[in-house]
Amino acid sequence: MSILIHERTRVVVQGITGRDGSFHARSMLEYGTQVVAGVTPGKGGSQLDGRVPIFDTVKEAVRATGADASVIYVPAAFAADAILEAAAAGVALTVCITEGIPVADMIEVWEVIERLKTTRLIGPNCPGLISPGKSKIGIMPGFICRPGRVGLVSRSGTLTYEVVKALTDAEIGQSTCIGIGGDPIIGTSFVDVLALFAADPDTDAVVLIGEIGGTDEQEAAEFIRRRYPKPVVAFIAGQTAPPGRRMGHAGAIVSGSSGTAEEKIRAFADAGVGVARVPSEIPAKVSATISARVR
Amino acid sequence: MNIHEHQAKDLFAAAGIPVPRGRVAHTPAEAREIARELNAKVVVKAQVHAGGRGKAGGIQLAATPEEAEAKAKAILGMEIKGLPVKRVLVAEQLDIEHEHYLGIVLDRARKRPVVMASAAGGIDIEEVARTAPEKIVRCHVDPLAGLHPFEAREICFTIERRGEVAQRMAPILNRLADLYRRVDASLAEINPLVVARDGQVWALDAKVVLDDNALYRHPELEALREDEDPNEAAARRMGLSYIRLDGEIGCVVNGAGLAMATMDVIKAYGGTPANFLDIGGSSNPDKVLTAMDILASDRKVKAIFFNIFGGITRTDDVAQGIAQALAKRKPRVPIVIRLTGTNEERAREILSGIGLTSTTSMDEGVKQAIAQAREGRAAPAAGGRR
Repeated sequence: MSILIHERTRVVVQGITGRDGSFHARSMLEYGTQVVAGVTPGKGGSQLDGRVPIFDTVKEAVRATGADASVIYVPAAFAADAILEAAAAGVALTVCITEGIPVADMIEVWEVIERLKTTRLIGPNCPGLISPGKSKIGIMPGFICRPGRVGLVSRSGTLTYEVVKALTDAEIGQSTCIGIGGDPIIGTSFVDVLALFAADPDTDAVVLIGEIGGTDEQEAAEFIRRRYPKPVVAFIAGQTAPPGRRMGHAGAIVSGSSGTAEEKIRAFADAGVGVARVPSEIPAKVSATISARVR
Repeated sequence: MNIHEHQAKDLFAAAGIPVPRGRVAHTPAEAREIARELNAKVVVKAQVHAGGRGKAGGIQLAATPEEAEAKAKAILGMEIKGLPVKRVLVAEQLDIEHEHYLGIVLDRARKRPVVMASAAGGIDIEEVARTAPEKIVRCHVDPLAGLHPFEAREICFTIERRGEVAQRMAPILNRLADLYRRVDASLAEINPLVVARDGQVWALDAKVVLDDNALYRHPELEALREDEDPNEAAARRMGLSYIRLDGEIGCVVNGAGLAMATMDVIKAYGGTPANFLDIGGSSNPDKVLTAMDILASDRKVKAIFFNIFGGITRTDDVAQGIAQALAKRKPRVPIVIRLTGTNEERAREILSGIGLTSTTSMDEGVKQAIAQAREGRAAPAAGGRR
């Protein structure tokens, strides 16, 4: 088992004829993901590499192929609309990779998808997710993962890869790895993913990688404190970040005294979560929590 | 993006929010001239992207044009939190009776803007939120409909007892909410919103922070960008994300989260990071060159640490970029490279071809960079590439 995606997940790629869209559509196919359709307005009727049919609208793509997940690679100015199109077409999972969407656009998008309740949004500004050996949606490199029983959830991209590879090198496989995105407004939170991992019989422990800005980590800590059934190991990036400066991600900003790494680390420590000081400490902490449990 | 008080006040005035008369001056003589035109007692206010201007002496009163000139001269020479003051706002003084607070900010958890209002204005609202949260009135804004006039009235009648004054405040709050939405702000704040002795209401200060992601659709606001660190500006033009800090280890990293984590690891091993720098997924040699130029121009930097994780990025492309950049310019400090992931064997060959070694471990690379920086500090004359 895994969460959110598996072998049978049928994916439509929005923006499939763009540079990023076509590159990652091929990389997903190579990994074994069922990429069943692409969408680029005006390119309907054509195909990617003679194997993936392309449609003008998501609605048509879903009707023709039964796609139940969408991944979005369209430019920031059009991405909010692309998310709404996926939600309106009723795909159960929408993963938005696009970075740089205006916050005001995401506020409206959230308002609409909350009302429709047709899709779960992951991202935007995220690397997507992978259930190793089964399927990947997004841009995560497959070769760093190995199938296993640790779930991973993170707000970042390459830092996620760093930690996944460290786990794999330590022979700790993963059930599902999810990047939830580095923007101030994202569709799926740490708490949402923790709840999914809690219910997954094939996930034994969870690694959570947070960063400065906002209170999503504090809410996750509170959620874990209330008898979360599985061990969690956390790392918070940005311990050295100065207040008021945006650290690359639109969401990674310490405003005044809130959203600091210190505040988040304290919240996790209070909830009994093992907090790694540096990413390389994570695998040993995970091994320790799992073997403590088995004993 | 931060804009200055005088720029925010121009936006306020255009939106129909009353601001005291005044203009910006770049020289003491200009400040005197503005004070003469205003024909009133004035306040001279430093225009810098930093809080705590008042405490730092950056806000001073002047009764005459000559005094305004003298005060401007003092303030224009100042540094506030390390930022040189290049311009001052010269504005009419008000006869202040009370100071309120009005602000709109994104509530990330609720995924919508929230209005905050308080009768305890004029001071740091975070301080109020911490010590006396009951003094702050909050109201979330409907993302699709905006702030309704009745909501603005409810808020203003809560914080201001006198009906006729609250009646004047409510439309100001609606205009602030409209402005917040129209310019794609992430913060719009009036602190203080002043009630003068005659009962009139004024925005005595103005703070607006704009959403960087939305600037592409507001070229007129992009033009307000001022006082950016030259290196940060050069980085932005090249599509890099760079923030200068105060340490010795210059960092070049692909990805924002990994860049933050790299800084943390440096600190954990007893070093000090000189910067945050995310070169993104690209391996463009011009980006690498720009990054190295920026770091080399920071005289505090004693070693440069590359930390590249090849997921989608091919590490051999980055190695090629480093080789091309080094062929154009020799750095004045040692370089330590950590790379791992896609095509790392090929990357290592390229690097060894130009006499550079690399490690696959981030912790190992950080330790090497710290050691190199210490050597460089001990013997600055012996700097250069090893």
